[in-house]
Amino acid sequence: MVSPATDLAVRAMLADLRRWLAARADGAPLHSVELGVAEALNNITEHAYAGQAPGPVHLLAVLRPGRLKVRLQDHGAPLPGRVAPSGERPPTDPARDTLPEGGFGWFLIRDLANGVDYRRAGGVNRLMLTFCWPPAGG
Amino acid sequence: MDLSSTAQNDHLIVTVNAPRIDAAAAIQFKDAMRRVTAEGPDHVILDLGQVDFVDSSGLGAIVAAMKQIGPDRRLDLAALRPEVDKVFRLTRMDSVFVIHDRVEPAGPAD
Repeated sequence: MVSPATDLAVRAMLADLRRWLAARADGAPLHSVELGVAEALNNITEHAYAGQAPGPVHLLAVLRPGRLKVRLQDHGAPLPGRVAPSGERPPTDPARDTLPEGGFGWFLIRDLANGVDYRRAGGVNRLMLTFCWPPAGG
Repeated sequence: MDLSSTAQNDHLIVTVNAPRIDAAAAIQFKDAMRRVTAEGPDHVILDLGQVDFVDSSGLGAIVAAMKQIGPDRRLDLAALRPEVDKVFRLTRMDSVFVIHDRVEPAGPAD
C-alpha cells in the first residue's frame, strides 16, 4: 500500500496491516509487528520528511509460514550516517526532570524485529523488517 | 483526547477513554492531561484500562505528563493491558512509575 506519511495515515496503515496479518497468520505476533512497524513509520513521518510536506511511504508485506517481511520505502532524508541506529535503550534512572520523552523508537524496532536491513539508494530509503514466530501446529 | 477525571478520597483518577496513545494522539493527550490535572489532589492515577496500544510517542507523552504535574505531585498508572504493560517493561519505564493492577473501587468515606 501507498500512503502519505502523516500520523493519521500511519494509524490507518497499521490497522490495515494488522487486519491483513490476523486473517492470514495464526500465531503471528500481531502487537510486536504493529509496534515495530509503527515506530519505523513514525520515524519516516517525523524525521525523513521533517521540514517538508509529507511525502509518500510505500509498505509491502510478504508473508511466509512463520515469517513476515515488511518493506518500507520513502524518499525523505536518509538516516544519519546512512545506517540504521543501533537502538540503545535510553537510560531511565536519571532524575524525574531529565527522564527521556523520546529516543525509544529504534530501541523498540531492534527489540521487536528479528531482522533489520536498511539501504539508501537513488534517493530512496528502504527499510526491511523481518518478524518470525513458531509456525502454528509446529 | 477524551479523558475523564474523578476525585476519589485523596486521589485524582484520570481515565483515558480512547484505545490508542500513539503519535497521532500524543500532543492531544499531553494537553488534555494538563487541563484535567491543573487542579485537584496531588496523587494522580492514570487509568489505562481502555488503552490497547502505546507507541514510543505515547510513552513520551505519559512521561511528559508526569513531569508537567509538578515535582510535589505524583502520577501512577493503573489497569495496563498486556500489550501496554509490555512497552513499559521493554523500555524499563515500569521502574519509573508505580503501576497498579487495577483502579481501586471507591471505598467508604472515612
